[in-house]
Amino acid sequence: MPDSTLVGLHHEEEHHPELLHHFADAQQQRDASSLGMWVFLATEIMFFGGLFCAYLVYRRWYFGDFAAASKSINMALGATNTAVLICSSLTVVLAVWAAQTARRALLIGSLAITMLLGLTFLGIKGIEYKDKFVEHHVPGASFSFENEPIPGHPGQFANPRHAQMFFSLYFVMTGLHALHMIIGLGIFLWLFVMAWKGRFTPEWHTPVEIGGLYWHFVDIVWIYLFPLLYLIDRHP
Amino acid sequence: MPTATPQSPVPQAVERENYLNKEYGVWSWLFTTDHKRIALLYLISITFFFFIGGFFALLIRLELLTPAGDLVQADTYNKLFTMHGMVMVFFFLIPSIPAVLGNFLVPMMIGTKDLAFPRINLLSWYLYVIGGVMMLHCMLTGGVDTGWTFYAPFSTNFTNTKIVEAGLAIFVAGFSSILTGLNFVVTIHRMRAPGLTWSRLPLFIWAHYATSIIQLLGTPVIAVTIVLVAAERALHLGIFDPRLGGDPLLFQHLFWFYSHPAVYIMILPSMGVISEVIACFSRKRIFGYSFVAFSSIAIAVFGFLVWAHHMFVAGISVYSALVFSFLSYAVAVPSAIKVFNWTATLYKGSIHYDAPMLYAFGFLGLFTIGGLTGLFLAALGIDVHVTDTYFVVAHFHYIMVGGALMGYLGGMHFWWPKISGRLYPEGWARLAALIVFIGFNLTFFPQFLLGYMGMPRRYYDYSHMPEFQILNVLSTAGATVLGVGYLLPMIYFLWSMRYGKPAPDNPWNAAGLEWKTASPPPTFNFDEDPVVTWEAYNYEELDAPPHQQEVPVAR
Amino acid sequence: MSAHSSSTASPLKGYFAVFFALLVGTGITVYAATLDLGRFNAAVALGIATVKATLVTLFFMHVWHASEKLTKLVVIAALFFLLLLLGLTMSDYATRLWS
Repeated sequence: MPDSTLVGLHHEEEHHPELLHHFADAQQQRDASSLGMWVFLATEIMFFGGLFCAYLVYRRWYFGDFAAASKSINMALGATNTAVLICSSLTVVLAVWAAQTARRALLIGSLAITMLLGLTFLGIKGIEYKDKFVEHHVPGASFSFENEPIPGHPGQFANPRHAQMFFSLYFVMTGLHALHMIIGLGIFLWLFVMAWKGRFTPEWHTPVEIGGLYWHFVDIVWIYLFPLLYLIDRHP
Repeated sequence: MPTATPQSPVPQAVERENYLNKEYGVWSWLFTTDHKRIALLYLISITFFFFIGGFFALLIRLELLTPAGDLVQADTYNKLFTMHGMVMVFFFLIPSIPAVLGNFLVPMMIGTKDLAFPRINLLSWYLYVIGGVMMLHCMLTGGVDTGWTFYAPFSTNFTNTKIVEAGLAIFVAGFSSILTGLNFVVTIHRMRAPGLTWSRLPLFIWAHYATSIIQLLGTPVIAVTIVLVAAERALHLGIFDPRLGGDPLLFQHLFWFYSHPAVYIMILPSMGVISEVIACFSRKRIFGYSFVAFSSIAIAVFGFLVWAHHMFVAGISVYSALVFSFLSYAVAVPSAIKVFNWTATLYKGSIHYDAPMLYAFGFLGLFTIGGLTGLFLAALGIDVHVTDTYFVVAHFHYIMVGGALMGYLGGMHFWWPKISGRLYPEGWARLAALIVFIGFNLTFFPQFLLGYMGMPRRYYDYSHMPEFQILNVLSTAGATVLGVGYLLPMIYFLWSMRYGKPAPDNPWNAAGLEWKTASPPPTFNFDEDPVVTWEAYNYEELDAPPHQQEVPVAR
Repeated sequence: MSAHSSSTASPLKGYFAVFFALLVGTGITVYAATLDLGRFNAAVALGIATVKATLVTLFFMHVWHASEKLTKLVVIAALFFLLLLLGLTMSDYATRLWS
């Protein structure tokens, strides 16, 4: 929704209808939007960073218990989800390229496939969560992690309290990530609708670019979550 | 377009359209994207919360008049100091200068029409209000008793007060703070007027840039900490619970990673104000401009390196404590550099003792005392004795009230003519500044003595140390005086909006782009986009009488 | 971004190359986790993750071709402060048992 404008305060040259009046020109608006999204992503790095800090502390303290807990989550599903997100990052760059080169069909298709991949990710995540629930690995009153061997230490069993710490962090970290994924889906749905209406042109497609930046960031967070949570100790 | 007619009840010398009279009506304010109107919306909201926080302070001081805990119960007292802290820190000090003066002045000082993201600016105010309403509701339905620091495991496992609600309120307000910082960083980088290089920027802008860095990088960490505390309370996760293998110190690490830089969020903007005021009322450019500018950035960066000095006696490793102690000494250096440079600015300046300058003088002295006592606390040996005593309380109030709040008041006075188009009554303002200074010292200096002698903080009953009463009585008396000092500006600022003399564009003959436009400014700040060809603080040009222009000016 | 020099097929080749590299990296990570590398398992896993993240940042997020140094500065600054949080916190945990 553009701000109210003062007629006569603009230059005589024709300007893009999406140019907001408080910017000097379209380039400044583009640069500001891009910088704004990058700065926002910096805040998100710190937001997840606090969780990574907690994870680092407890993984060091309870390595064996964490390894046992990590072994109990489904690596195949986790790896699949990693591949799903990598594919979605590809479709996102394709969407941006399509917007840059006025390829409307590719743009709409890429945005749609990105959303489908995102939904796939969430679906797989849902299956994983359900599995954890069934196995009583959800922290709380019904948590149970008895007689799970610590990998590489035959005869030693994981401390259930410390294993619960792993699952607490697992659910908070992947849960927060999934929440960001859902928000990303909302953003891309909006982009899809805008693209369908033909709002994006090679001259102006900033929302696609900065929406893409957000999506890539969510992908990067998962790129770190996957090895940290799923691959602590997978020696056979 | 509304204009004042000859029959209008309040004759306006300036009948130009400005941001105040452009549109009338509640919706034109609640849906505004004009950074100046948003600044005023913030002004009203934070002043409201200042009253709330001040009310709690009053009750605290009343309780401490007598050694016995006879005014309120212990649990109630815990809630009083908690709510005082939470409201003052998150809903007054953190937003104060950036959200009011920063929002108003940053676009004007850099010569542009608005901030980079005006709608996000409005959103940040709404988030602040939502967070504030949540906090109000929390307080009215029982409040929180953990101290504003809500340490685990008390906050996560043992207290039955409304931690989650208070935490969420702070989370929402924190997001507001992040958006303000985001807006400032992008605006300062991308929207400076032609010719306005970084080295020509007012130090107010440098200060807000540094503040924004802290807001952006620090606030998310306390946000996720609040998420963890809420999750722990709701789901019994055990992340900070020793019985489940958790470490309460992890909470403190995450909490203070933000909350220490947060104090620099509170002081840096105030330092920016002081730079502007001292330059104007000494009629000189700030001595060592680049040193002051880079010191702001240095404070922002170094401020992230010292957080565990709040945890010296909590159980961290002594080697880590040594590192943090050393770094805490280092962070004092850029602040000291600034104080030296401001003082050097005064030397051979043409000093004018208007109210803003009185606040600046107050700042210089009180911030120095507060900062030096911080060094006491940074020394491990001394900290063991004075931590969790009134020494700490006095230290941070000297900085936050004697420093940050003085800067805020000085800035409100300095820019009031620009904001409102009216002059405040100078006599009353000087009197108020004096009352504030006296009241402040009477309130908080005795607390240094109390703390050093061993009076613990957060105690409602000190009847085992009745000899502390006299100093507590002095402190409470001072708080009353201080309260009067704060009320006076509120009264005469409001008075001036109706009866004050109309202000010229530049009543102080000050340097800075904001003074080159009308008071109050038009909605888009400047009638023509400015182009800057001069250095900052060009007071020798502003003050040069016409017939003396051949006198060479030292640069 | 308007800073892009080409809008021909050339960026596409790069995108697909990065895409395949990311998938291959994922496969290597999974495989490496099944090997017993002792304390280097974590280093390898995080190292590969960092390579992947760097590829996404530089090429999918266009930082490599960014005309503005500021973008790179923002990324580096955020990483710097993250490492500060992790590193200085660990300075406490890693040395608690020293005495």
